[in-house]
Amino acid sequence: MKSYKIIDHEYDVVVLGAGGSGLRAAVGLSEAGLKTACVSKVFPTRSHTSAAQGGISAALGNMGEDDWRWHMYDTVKGADWLGDQDCIEYLCKEAPRAVLELEKYGVPFSRTEDGKIYQRPFGGMTKNYGNEPVQRTCAAADRTGHAILHTLYGQALKHKTEFFIEYFALDLLMKDGQCKGLIAWNLNDGTIHRFRSHITIIATGGYGKVYYSATSAHTCTGDGNAMVLRAGLPLQDMEFVQFHPTGIYGHGTLISEGVRGEGGYLVNSKGERFMERYAPKAKDLASRDVVSRSIAVEINEGRGVGNEKDHVHLHLNHLDPKVIEERLPGISESSRLFANVDVTKEPIPVVPTVHYNMGGIPTNYKAEVLTLNGSEKTVPGLMAIGEAACVSVHGANRLGSNSLIDLVVFGRAAAKRAAELIKPGTPHEEISQSETDKCLERFDRLRNASGTNNTADLRLAMQKTMQSKCAVFRTEKTLKEGVNEIRKPYEGMDDLSVKDKSLIFNTDLVETLEFDNLIRQAITTMDSAYHRKESRGAHAREDFPKRNDEKFMQHTLSWCDGKKTKIDYRPVHRSTLSNDVQYFPPQERVY
Amino acid sequence: MVQINLPQNSKVEKGKFFKDKTGSKNIRKVNIYRWDPSTGENPRIDTYEVDMDNCPSKVLDLLNKIKNEIDPSIAYRRSCAHGVCGSCAMNMDGKNGLACTKPHSEIKGDINIYPLPHLKVLKDLIGDLSTLYKQYESVEPWLKTTSKTEKENIQSKEDRAKLDGLYECIMCACCSTSCPSYWWNGDKYLGPAVLLQAYRWIIDSRDEDRKERLKKVADELKLYRCHTIMNCTNACPKGLNPAKAIASIKKMLATS
Repeated sequence: MKSYKIIDHEYDVVVLGAGGSGLRAAVGLSEAGLKTACVSKVFPTRSHTSAAQGGISAALGNMGEDDWRWHMYDTVKGADWLGDQDCIEYLCKEAPRAVLELEKYGVPFSRTEDGKIYQRPFGGMTKNYGNEPVQRTCAAADRTGHAILHTLYGQALKHKTEFFIEYFALDLLMKDGQCKGLIAWNLNDGTIHRFRSHITIIATGGYGKVYYSATSAHTCTGDGNAMVLRAGLPLQDMEFVQFHPTGIYGHGTLISEGVRGEGGYLVNSKGERFMERYAPKAKDLASRDVVSRSIAVEINEGRGVGNEKDHVHLHLNHLDPKVIEERLPGISESSRLFANVDVTKEPIPVVPTVHYNMGGIPTNYKAEVLTLNGSEKTVPGLMAIGEAACVSVHGANRLGSNSLIDLVVFGRAAAKRAAELIKPGTPHEEISQSETDKCLERFDRLRNASGTNNTADLRLAMQKTMQSKCAVFRTEKTLKEGVNEIRKPYEGMDDLSVKDKSLIFNTDLVETLEFDNLIRQAITTMDSAYHRKESRGAHAREDFPKRNDEKFMQHTLSWCDGKKTKIDYRPVHRSTLSNDVQYFPPQERVY
Repeated sequence: MVQINLPQNSKVEKGKFFKDKTGSKNIRKVNIYRWDPSTGENPRIDTYEVDMDNCPSKVLDLLNKIKNEIDPSIAYRRSCAHGVCGSCAMNMDGKNGLACTKPHSEIKGDINIYPLPHLKVLKDLIGDLSTLYKQYESVEPWLKTTSKTEKENIQSKEDRAKLDGLYECIMCACCSTSCPSYWWNGDKYLGPAVLLQAYRWIIDSRDEDRKERLKKVADELKLYRCHTIMNCTNACPKGLNPAKAIASIKKMLATS
């Protein structure tokens, strides 16, 4: 691959991704005096963290009594007992400090009457281990993610983080099972950059774009997850895909759970508040998998609204317009733009829409990447944080507002751990040229592909298959069909066509590389779902409607080499991190 | 009168014509600015005939349809598709806006799509925003406080409300690239986007650096190149008012 100009860099740490978790890690690494590069395919404030609306959870107790142990219980239950409780303890215990830190960075949180951070009720967040709703979700109106992302970018600037913006990462550099850095393509001038680092932190977000209808951005293609698969490492719990109950019908735009937190509710075509039947206590504020399934049942049983009876209505027109203006201005704007609805007068048409990936790169609570080699082993030099990671704190279903807190708590944890592991300025080992050649061979092959299949057509086929075969409800039949069908778009790459051969902002090639990343994750998701023969959290099997703790209190690990996968399991951690809290044994999950 | 011509290599030429292949009766013509730095050729306007019966409502949907179904080589930035990330800012029908929130039905006649004006073009619809980002960095967009409290800073609802209309900025650059002062002096004048951000920190009741912040922007070129043309406020796809923020900075300086 002599034709490509390669520019070499050496850093103590390379962070891949500049969303909430990547930026928080970068800030901590700079503070610790480590030479840090932050590489991102988009300018940091374009990252998908900006789309988070409702808030960030932390037991601050600003609006009534709260305790991080209650938060932990809610998260364990929300996760349907698939979360690792040592990690969940760490998350919930660290959460209040992480939010206060964000406030000090300058996040413009909404305020209470006495000037403290405003907190709102959110799905699954309760008082005293599952009793009445608690106000735990800290909010900056309904633009919390945007406010946090911009503030963290400011902090990164303050700490003089070195950014490599609009660089598309291609592959990890591996040597003897250790990560030694990564290779990226600079879209601005077409050069190839080889970053050598003692630790590489993957913060590339989720892969929602494997589905046809998702709240995810175009850029949510899970590039880091796919790099891990290509490095011969497994992804974890990929079958757990969260459908958000309220995406705008027909467009997929997110309508925050904060709407229901502020008193909004769902109704079917008969005008019934149907959530009362499915979750008598929590009603519209049950956890997301429960609400999404309830909506799907209402629609399947013919009680959907609209001409096709294929969605439901979300009402907030009974709320005081002042409350809407102050606390929900963003969703008022989205509803007007994408549903042509004035929320003060009419309901919003909504439908469950793919929103979040609980699965991802397995890590421990220090953000170190795990693999299975007889037993759980860490992968030296590699960390993962944010939606790309599967810590696992969200288990089989994430609670709303637990993702933003995940970003900052584990972003900080990764920086802290890296600072323990690396002495600044340690010299770098030589790595063989063959790793670079292997990476550029794939790049060059895709760039020069001159077959007949368009990337867009293959992507559409993948998305339609995921949407129909790996949806809210799954069966042996649909999944089996899905397992076969999802491999066809992968095979289609053998006869791929990339029209643009240039190297500067070649978005045809970017989308092709993104597709190559997506399809591997689609295959692991489908195969993982097929092999989990139980219902747990977001994974609902009509043929196995019960949770099976005896067999499946286990994380799925999936390796993927081309269209071949290998599935294995590792037990869920059944202990806490400290004696501050007791392990919560599995219970029946009712809301 | 001296005849002033554009340099030869910057003349925009007539480009390729992509005739409709679907046989649709509902066709619109979309003219898109194209330039590829690797070819050495002049910029051109390519024309696409698009079947509007199978196209969702926004300009971004239209671009995606062209890229997916007609010409995958066309380059533009896009990400969230609902007006919060600021990636897909461009000039549509002569006005700056976000392609993901702009309905194409609002455009009469042919749909003309250009990059944001007066930016160096990197490729097709992708403009170079690096100067604006450096200017953003220059206003030091982070909270400066000496308070060592373990708890949060206390901020009244009234003081927090002063940040409304400011913190929502998505830095899409629609305002700055619509401002004639920024066109002529973009290297020195901070422009509406960055001044709005400067004001967001100046007016934050928690920040203890207000005086210094004001002093830093109180400059003939950085601030006072604003001549209240108001294009910025007209252009903002989020309904914000950068002109008002700039006026507030000027007022604070005049009265301090």
